[in-house]
Amino acid sequence: MAGIYGNQRTFLCTSSFPSREHEDLEDKGGISLKVGIIGIGIAGFRTTTPELSWKELTYEAAAKAYQDAGVDPRKDVKAFVTCAEDYWEGFGIFDEFTPDQIGGALRPVCTVCGDGIHGLATGFMQIQTGLVDVVAVEAHSKISDLLTYEGVVQHALDPIWNKPLRGHPFYVAGLEMNAFLRASGNTEKHCAAVVEKNRNNAMRNGIAAYGANVDLNDILTSEKAFDPLKKLEISGLADGAVVLVLASDVAAKKLKRKPVWIKGVGWANDSPSLETREWERAKYAELAAQMAYRLAKVKNPAREIDFAEVDDRFSYKELQHLESLGLAKKGQAGKMTANGDTALDGKFPVNASGGSLGCGDVVEASGLHRVAEVALQLRGDAGKRQLDGVKVGIAQSWRGIPTTSGAVAIMGVNQ
Amino acid sequence: MRKVAVIGAGMTLFRRRLMETPKELCFEATRMALDSAGIELKDVDAVISGSAPDGFDGVHMKGEYYSDGCGAYGKPYMRVFVGGGTGVFSAISGWYHIASGLADIALVVNEEKMSSCQPHPQSVFAHIWDPILDRPLKPNLIWIFAMEMNRYMTVHKIKKEDIALVAVKNKRNAVDHPCAQLADPNITVDDVLNSEVLAWPVQRLDISPPSDGAAALVMASEDAVKRLHVETPVWMKGVGWCIDSTMWTDRDLYFPEYVARAAKMAYKMAKIDNPRKQIDFAEPYDPFDYKELHHMEGLLLAKKGEAPIMTREGVTQRDGDLPTCPSGGLLGVGNPIAATMGVKIGELYWQLSGQAGKRQIPHEIKTGVTNAWGDLMQYGAVAVMGV
Repeated sequence: MAGIYGNQRTFLCTSSFPSREHEDLEDKGGISLKVGIIGIGIAGFRTTTPELSWKELTYEAAAKAYQDAGVDPRKDVKAFVTCAEDYWEGFGIFDEFTPDQIGGALRPVCTVCGDGIHGLATGFMQIQTGLVDVVAVEAHSKISDLLTYEGVVQHALDPIWNKPLRGHPFYVAGLEMNAFLRASGNTEKHCAAVVEKNRNNAMRNGIAAYGANVDLNDILTSEKAFDPLKKLEISGLADGAVVLVLASDVAAKKLKRKPVWIKGVGWANDSPSLETREWERAKYAELAAQMAYRLAKVKNPAREIDFAEVDDRFSYKELQHLESLGLAKKGQAGKMTANGDTALDGKFPVNASGGSLGCGDVVEASGLHRVAEVALQLRGDAGKRQLDGVKVGIAQSWRGIPTTSGAVAIMGVNQ
Repeated sequence: MRKVAVIGAGMTLFRRRLMETPKELCFEATRMALDSAGIELKDVDAVISGSAPDGFDGVHMKGEYYSDGCGAYGKPYMRVFVGGGTGVFSAISGWYHIASGLADIALVVNEEKMSSCQPHPQSVFAHIWDPILDRPLKPNLIWIFAMEMNRYMTVHKIKKEDIALVAVKNKRNAVDHPCAQLADPNITVDDVLNSEVLAWPVQRLDISPPSDGAAALVMASEDAVKRLHVETPVWMKGVGWCIDSTMWTDRDLYFPEYVARAAKMAYKMAKIDNPRKQIDFAEPYDPFDYKELHHMEGLLLAKKGEAPIMTREGVTQRDGDLPTCPSGGLLGVGNPIAATMGVKIGELYWQLSGQAGKRQIPHEIKTGVTNAWGDLMQYGAVAVMGV
């Protein structure tokens, strides 16, 4: 193994990234992958769910996923993974509250402080070791319980250098959008086209909380929020839960399920400090993709992958992420969007689900929802937004302001 | 299954570290672990971190905030958090990163900075309860541990004197630990029994102190161990983890069933069927003195109710037949929650690789077990390590 991201330099600029070459491992051509998704459960998404606790939301998603997978969680599921952060949940130690609603009491359960795709990667690794064969991965949002969203995000800033500056931390997104647009040549109009597409796509998605028939003009004339970011370019928050059941090839066969195969996973962090990160590019996404492409043996992502669900918490993020993942050439993602190439009927559909802009920002569940959407599309279960003849899809996540943490999963109908 | 070894470890002084930020504490431990393994950051494929409540540091997503201190810049990085169980679970995460084939060399960094939480870190524990059923009663962690200790003492008719022996042993063992916060070469059972009562039967010297610190491990695959010519790798022989229901009020607290289940999972993987015979020493999690005994029973190293008798007979002394907490444990070295990885997994590594210095168990040891415990008396993370 030549470093976890491999040593292929064909499509991404990685000059600053260290590489190691160990011939003995390189010869083996990587590891054999054997994990698939056999159950999908989604609860929500809604802007508020006052009649439900986070436990009840998660229970609903878990029950759906276990039914879909045809498994008894108390017998067949060997380990459980939750994705959560204390401050989102309003608890001192949220891990305490993870087991009961997913059937995990007195069983191996762990919490990952990461996005749903970090959780997916954890379940994937646990199965790859051979120690367990079926793992349930859960992520949820009960963000409507949080009365002080701005204050919580402020607490994620460096307590010495940045937090004392005050202000709503989304100013970081405004600054980044500015840097990205200037460096890439994409425009504010391109960004607005992302919002138009995603919120209209969401009209076809039963779980979406923010589906709307908005047009370019509505978006471009909406109130400036964090210049140049406008109000309609920011995803609204939503409650919801997603549970996926992963299984090894052997277990899937035994359970008589046809899995959507996980062909690659990758995750990475860039610099956490605002002062030393590269503002114009999403390096975390570049590195995460490089790792996932290496595992999936993808050489030319734009050609080999049929569609994508990428992070779009802010409009420009979809464009930045498409370019970072090598799915659009540098500076071309905006034109692709404006031309309709990333529309439902385009050459390369992006965020057919409606993305975060259309479905809602479900914090740590965002990535797992993107994975669920890719899996539904690959199974042909995406209803009114079903894409034709898709065989390989990619899901990508980002942990939001102010992080530089992201993850990628590649899925396919063939192992 | 790919074999995984610990090939280096480091830990900082456990103290109130007001002058260092969480990033700096991580950096200090990370640097030590890399030096100990003889590698550089560029050799590391993936970084795992562990830390307990964000409330201590007062930083939301603190794993992201201190990630560069752990050397995670530009690398796959993931934080795990299973309450107090994080001290061992993050090493389990390191294990599956490598055993899965995704990484060859992994760095595991655990950090805790409790002192920034004013006036006392207990205030974070006001927010760990079920908001409807428990929180209105304004419970406190020491109260519920007092209930557990009481139940354990009542069921097995254990005297406080026998439990105090654990605090005495560990605080004396800690004299030989360079990072120790509460070592005391002269402490006696009477000192423990005469210390301030916090919530009967818990007294001040029954408890480990809050602390700041960090610990780090370098873990490697069998291929990497060969490639790096590591002389004294210590192998992860078995791992297990288990959580019990959130409803702690619904279970009998005298025995930690979740620890036993995690231990059985780890022993099965390590092919151990008689732990009392096949395990040479242990680092049971000891934030309270009774917890060492409770965990010895949970780890199946003692029959139910037998651990206090073994302690009284000297079996668990450093030169005894089954040394426990030769490091000095949390009671002696300190309890910066997740960073206690240094006195648990770290101590197993140093003992089994013969690097424990003055703490070295005098007779031959081949296999050790450790656990960490957390959440609402509900989490067990267990690791068996051997040469």
